This record gives sequence, C-alpha cells and structure tokens, in this order.
Amino acid sequence: MAAQDTLDKHVEELESVVIRLAGDSGDGMQLTGGQFTRTAALIGNDISTLPDFPAEIRAPAGSLPGVSSFQLNFSSRDIYTPGDAPHVLVAMNPAALKTNLGDLEDGGILLINTDAFTRANLNKAGYKSNPLEDGSLSRYRLFKVPITSLNAKALEGLDMSQRQMERCKNFWALGLLYWLYNRSMDSTVQFLEQRFKDRPILYESNKRALMAGYNYGDTTEIFTTAYRVRKANLPAGKYRNITGAEAAAIGFVTAAQLFNKPLLYTAYPITPASEVLHEIVQYKHFGVKTFQAEDEIAAICAAIGASFGGHIGLTCTSGPGIALKSEAINLAHAVELPLVIADIQRSGPSTGMPTKTEQGDLLQCMFGRNSDSACAIVAPATPGDCFHMAIEAVRLALQFMTPVFFMSDGYLGNGSEPWRIPSVDDLPRFSVTHPTDPATFAPYQRDPATLVRPWAVPGTPGLEHRIGGIEKADITGNISYDPHNHHKMTVLRNEKIARIADYIPLQEVYGDSEGELLVLSWGSTYGAAITAVQKLREQGASVSHAHLRYLNPFPKNLGDIMQRFNKVLIPELNLGQLRLLIRARYLVDAVGLPKVQGVPFKVSEIVAKCEELLALGSRV
Amino acid sequence: MSETNGSTNGATATLTRKDFVTDQEVRWCPGCGDYSLLAQTQKVMPDLGVPREKIVFVSGIGCSSRFPYYMHTYGFHTIHGRAPAIATGLKVSRPDLMVWVITGDGDALSIGGNHLLHVLRRNVDVKIVLFNNRIYGLTKGQYSPTSELGKKGVKSAPLGVPDHPLNPLSVAIGAEATFVARTVDTDIRHLIPILERAAAHKGAAFVEVYQNCNVYNDGAFAYLTERDVHDERTLYLEHGKPMLFGKERNRGIRLRGLDPEIVTLGENGVTEADILRHDEAKPVASLAYILSRLDYPDFPVPVGVLRAVERPTYDGILAEQEALAIQRSGPGDLEKMLNSGDTWVVE
Repeated sequence: MAAQDTLDKHVEELESVVIRLAGDSGDGMQLTGGQFTRTAALIGNDISTLPDFPAEIRAPAGSLPGVSSFQLNFSSRDIYTPGDAPHVLVAMNPAALKTNLGDLEDGGILLINTDAFTRANLNKAGYKSNPLEDGSLSRYRLFKVPITSLNAKALEGLDMSQRQMERCKNFWALGLLYWLYNRSMDSTVQFLEQRFKDRPILYESNKRALMAGYNYGDTTEIFTTAYRVRKANLPAGKYRNITGAEAAAIGFVTAAQLFNKPLLYTAYPITPASEVLHEIVQYKHFGVKTFQAEDEIAAICAAIGASFGGHIGLTCTSGPGIALKSEAINLAHAVELPLVIADIQRSGPSTGMPTKTEQGDLLQCMFGRNSDSACAIVAPATPGDCFHMAIEAVRLALQFMTPVFFMSDGYLGNGSEPWRIPSVDDLPRFSVTHPTDPATFAPYQRDPATLVRPWAVPGTPGLEHRIGGIEKADITGNISYDPHNHHKMTVLRNEKIARIADYIPLQEVYGDSEGELLVLSWGSTYGAAITAVQKLREQGASVSHAHLRYLNPFPKNLGDIMQRFNKVLIPELNLGQLRLLIRARYLVDAVGLPKVQGVPFKVSEIVAKCEELLALGSRV
Repeated sequence: MSETNGSTNGATATLTRKDFVTDQEVRWCPGCGDYSLLAQTQKVMPDLGVPREKIVFVSGIGCSSRFPYYMHTYGFHTIHGRAPAIATGLKVSRPDLMVWVITGDGDALSIGGNHLLHVLRRNVDVKIVLFNNRIYGLTKGQYSPTSELGKKGVKSAPLGVPDHPLNPLSVAIGAEATFVARTVDTDIRHLIPILERAAAHKGAAFVEVYQNCNVYNDGAFAYLTERDVHDERTLYLEHGKPMLFGKERNRGIRLRGLDPEIVTLGENGVTEADILRHDEAKPVASLAYILSRLDYPDFPVPVGVLRAVERPTYDGILAEQEALAIQRSGPGDLEKMLNSGDTWVVE
C-alpha cells in the first residue's frame, strides 16, 4: 500500500502545507489529525500541531460550540509553528465551516462534507443560505464531497449499525488527504490493527473507510493534482513525534532516574494538566508513584510530604490549581524543601477557557504568595523542550531545596513536533547528598556559596529534628520570633534563589548581538517569535531574538543583552507580565505585544509589530 | 527504590520516655490538657518497637499542632488542616516510617475536613490523634465545629453558637475508617492502651481525645470527668464484653430495633444476656455508628475502640501496583522509554 509514485495524476512539489481538520467534537478530528501527524513525521517532515477543542466533551452535534479542530503544519524545512493560515480546510459540517473559514488563506483548498449541509445543520450554524450554493466560497478551491454517503457505501455489507458506520467517516476523509498529499496508509493501518485488536469489525470498517477515501482521490476527476512535501532537513539523529505532555512526563521520569531519587507525582484532575498525569501513570515500573488527590491542596501537600521524606515531590496543575496551592508552596519555600510545581497554563481568570492556551500565570507563579518568597521558574519553549526543562526543574529543586515552577501551557502540552531523542549519556547528572553526621548537623546551617540548607531525611539516626512554617532561627531551625533573625532569614531565602543564576546557562541571542530591535519571548511563544525574526532578517531588518527558558532568576547576562538594542519587544499571551518584570528589574522601556485570545501568536502578528517599531526607529 | 522496613534494627532497646523529650520550651498554657497527652505519648513511644529515627510526627495549625516540636523524633509542623495530606505523601513515599498526625477539632474537621475524610477512606497507614477541646484556642476563643449548638461565652458568637456540631467519631466511621477510638486526656490508664492500639493498627487509625482547654473552654468535659459522675457517665467499650456501666456495673445498653436504650440488670427481668455485646471487628459499621451517637445526657459517653477492622492500606496498594508494573514491563529502562513509539532516523 505504499504511496505510488506512479500516480496517473500530476504531482506538485510543495515546501510546506498547513491543514486544518474541523468537525463535531464527536467526529474524531483529534484522532484523524494525530494519524496524519504520525504519518508525516514518519516520512521525515518537520511538523508542528495545534489541537483546538471545546471543554464540553460533546456539545450538541452540529452546534458552533461543539466544533473541534486540529491544525497541522508539515514541511520539508525547519518549522516552529503550526502555521498562521491553513492552506487546506476540511469542514465536516456547516458549524465547522463557519468557525474556521475565516482563517483559510485566499485560494486555499476547502474540502466539504456536503452530506452534513442539511437545512437543520445550516440553521444550527446560523447560515441563512447554503454557502455551498450562494457563491460565498468563490475565493477558495472548493471541493464538495458527499463523505458520509460515500463512506456508508464503502461499508455496505458489514454487520454494523448506520451510526457505527458513520463514525468511520473521519478515516474516509483521512484516506482522501493521504492521497492528496501522497502519503502511505501503512502507519495508520498498523494503528487500527493495534487499536482494534479485540474488535475486528472496527478494524475492518475503519480500514475500508480509509482505503475508500484514498481510492476516491485516485479515481475521481475532481482533484487534478496531488501534492508532495519532501523530507525536512532536520539535524541527524533518531526522532519521534512528541507532545508537550508526553515530553514533560518522560522528562520527569528521566530526572528521577538521572538524579537517583524516587518520584511522587501528585495531581487533582484539571484541564489541560491531566494529560501529563495520563502519560506518567504508564511509568510505574520506574518506581514512579502517582497520587490522584482529593483536591489541589492535598495534591501539593502530598508532594511536600514526599519531599520531606527525601524523595522528589512533584505536583501538576493549571492556573486555578496554582491559586489553591499558594499556601502550601510557601510552606515549601519557608521550610526549604525541594518541590516541583508544573503549571500547564490555560486561559483565565477563574475558569476562563479551560481548553484554550494562555501565558497568564507568570506573575502568579512569581509573586502569588504572602510575604517575600521567591521561587525558581523555568519555562519550556517547544513541546520537545518540555523534556529538557522538566529535568531542569527537578535539578534546581533538588540542588537548591526550593519550589520550582515548570511553566508550560495548553498549546505546548497538546501540540507536537518531531523530537530528536537524546542520548542518555548526554543528559545532566547531579547527585544529591544527605547529611548523616549528628556531630556536625544543623537543619538550617547553609552552604556558604549556594546558601542551601542540608536535607536530612527521616530514618537517619541521630538527625531527628523538627521543621515547620513558623519562622526558624538561623542554623538551628528552632522556633524564633526574633526580629533580626526574621529579617535575616527572609533575605537568605530570597538570596538563595537569586544565586541560582550562577547555575543556569547564559542567555543566547539568535541573530546579531546588537542592533535596532530585540524580540524577547518566553514559553510557548518561541515558535512564532523565532519564525518572525527569521523572516525579518531575511529581508535585512536589524532584529534579533532572545528566548527565555529561565524566568526566575533571569540569566545573568540578560540586562547586558538588552542594553545593546535600541528597542525591546515582548510578545506574550497575557497583558504584559514579563514586560512588567523586565521594566521593573532592568529599567528597560520594553514594548509589549499582548494577546489573550486563547490561541497562539501568528507569525504575521509579530512581524507586523516589529515592522511598526522598526519604521518608528528609522524616523528618529 | 522503596526502603525496607527498619523496625528490627534494634536501636529501640534502650530508649526511655526521656529520649523522646526535646530541649524546646513547651509553650502551652499551664494546666492545658495537651501536657498530659504529650507525656503519655512520650511514654508510649519506647514500647512500640520502632527506632526513634523512623518515627515522624506531622501536624497542622492550632495549639495541639505544636506537638511535634516537643517530640524528639522527626517532625513537621505544616499548614492549617493539611497534615493528613502531607502525611499521605510521606507514607506512600516512605512506607518504612511510622507516621503520626496530631490535629485538633478546628484543624481536622473544619479547614482540613476534606483531607480527613480521604485519608480515612483510603486507609493510609498513619495514626491520627485529634485533640478535641471544642474551641479554637490558638486564635483565642472562637467556636469550633465541635462546639455545642447554643453554647454561650465564645468570642465569635456572643448570642450563642449558631452551628450544629459534628461528631468526630461519626464522621470517621462515615468516612470508612478502619480504626476509630475515643479517650480522655485525664484518663491516663485508658489513654495509653488506646495509643498503643492505634500504633499497632495496620491502616489509618483515628483517635479522638477529649481535651480540656482551661483558658477558653474550661470544664468542657467536666460532666464526664468529675470524679463523682465519671462512672455513671462513661461507657468503657471492651471487645466481646457486654456494655455495662455505673459504679455497680449494673446498668447497660440494650438495642430495641436500631435504637439503643439504658436498662438496669435485674429490673423488668433484664439479665446480662440482654445487654449489647461490643464487637469492634464487625465488618459492617452500623454498630460502631450507633455507639458513636451515644452521648451525654441521654446516654453514657462511650470511650475505647469503637471499630477496628482490616482492609488493605493505600500505601500497600501503591507498592503492589509498582511491583505489578515491574513484573509486567520489567524494571524501568531509560533508553527504551526515550526510544518508544514510532521513531525514524534522519541521516
């Protein structure tokens, strides 16, 4: 079933393609998108994906809130984003068309399941006239395919209900896309074989649907051209496709192995953080324990209990969960125990838009506690980077006896990219030591260089001691209400965090080390920011890019870097939180590019803002 | 990666009460019932057969929660209401440790009510001692979730407490606790064996201790503890024994349908055979629940072990799952994990 190069039809080479699949949340769009991604990755395209789905599991069929979509950018060159505007939109019903059409590029391919364009569905989507007939789609290359009925025909004779048959139509559509983009069906057939091992009828029906869609493309006259996107020129190595949630989970497991410490992973169910929980439960054979707690507070408290016991305590949540955990985070800060808090950010405030992405928790993680209580913060840049920053978060927590935030978001967590599998030997190692000598032990006797206190664990004879949230006397850790001691301990705890700057990499700059404009980004905005800067530099603009993965403390050279540029632009998916920190810390008059729409930046948005700033600059 | 149980390393042989006393100044009010509890706990510890370094006391916030500072073991004074959750994380990570939770009525039943329910129903192998003084002492005299309805003289309700109280034992039984007991701070001969029973129980042990706050709620349990009424108003529960009470032990509890009643031996033909026999090990918790509802003034107040049943512990189940996962997948292999799923090579 290999994709034939002997296609009768014309095959056109493309550098990259952005496809968006949109349908009802029950239509299997995420599954279909995942399959196309897997196939694209396996033939060596660079990929980047953006799943977008409603919080409601299945909103009423055909309704606008029920639309679920999956966008995939696959390319023969390096790509960093799922693409600004899709070249291809597959709309399985009128609601999917209505909510997604605005993003499709002019002249883009619009593939429509005409069977779903009934009067009732058109009404549900708020269409007064049928867009397939009123000429409103004339800007696009419209392909009208009765997917539901063609799919049903292909499954005729199978012992299944009409409803069950209809559920296969996403694979019919996938088959057609495979033909259109000259893909092999092998990987998906293997997937179906695995998935429906015990239900042969479902294997058979989905496979038939897939092949029927493919053959439809091959035999009908409506598509005159198929397309091919060749392998990307990625750095040599072994790759796998990975989502941010998967990468974070295996990163945490890897950290526990590298640092030789058992891990307790605690969580209360919350979107989009639960994806990490679902991944990490698969690794119990690594000695990873997981605890689904009764609430967010119990989750973090259990993690702190594990840390007190000498293990890695790690809790994963999203913004509302961080709010609930604040008091416990400060307990870990005050007693100085290692703790990792993973925040898979989502749109807020309050419940906000749980399945949509945002970077709105930076100041919450930075300051959301009583008193002066700095915590370390790291933030992955891409889905694959979640692996490396997960290890960093654990390293810093263990090395500095402090809570560390790992700030991902829904876009990174659910999005995916090809990930070059690292060699275990290249990963960082760090060994934790615990005191054992009663003669020299004092619970708050600090290392003079790092200010880190010793981590004595229960079970060590002679080191029995008590710690707690009440202020502790320097060195002994006994309860103390002494005014000067409190001032000293507050300074020490915060200075310890500041000194982490000596133990993290210096900030790198992409592009020239000085110039007109520096784009300063953090977290998941990496892809759009780097792509925008690359585009502008190709046009000769004086723009460089610095991407922060360490947000507290900042890399030591960040202030110097910013001094060498006339302007600093900070695009972020909030109203200017990093910008506030940068201005306060460095007295740099950084310009913000805020966006809080629940979706990532488009490259074009950052390009436009840069161009605006560069134009202003040239007039001065 | 889990530690082995170190309770046989022999380090306990020579320990005495004094080995469990810290050099910290005890800061409870003079006359507080907490002193008695501290002294008895320190006395019980050497007899448990657990090395001192393997014992951890975890507490939340409140007068009672200062307890760990005075126990020369490992100790963690945490935040309000959360000690059961912290103890859960500690115990599942370190099943080799003996973990005690010291809490109060406000800490365990108000701000930490949720965690108490869940640590009990999960049957995490921790020992929970709830000091019930029916008042907030550390915050200076507000009513607590166990303060009596209509109670006067509390700072936060000058017209009387408007809240209906919780019964800690009923809550524990409702939360599927496997070990539920009650004792009284001044009743030393009863307190010690109850702490020992709790320590020996495999699973979550819940002990309510009536404790007098001589500053904000003095005499809260005088109706029970005063010498002249103590015998008439206390029902000592003993497994397998009839529920008799009174100086002459001639009065007892009889069940009429689901309703308990007080009867007197020899009156109206009542014999010992008519008296309800205590069975702490009944799989169904109905009897324990009925007992938990007995209260002054209608009934004598039951003290002792209401319920003690076996059920797999949460920490044990997690350890079993880990062993099962290793049996199924082999010990974790980093290379294999990183290289799993569909992979491809770029030359």
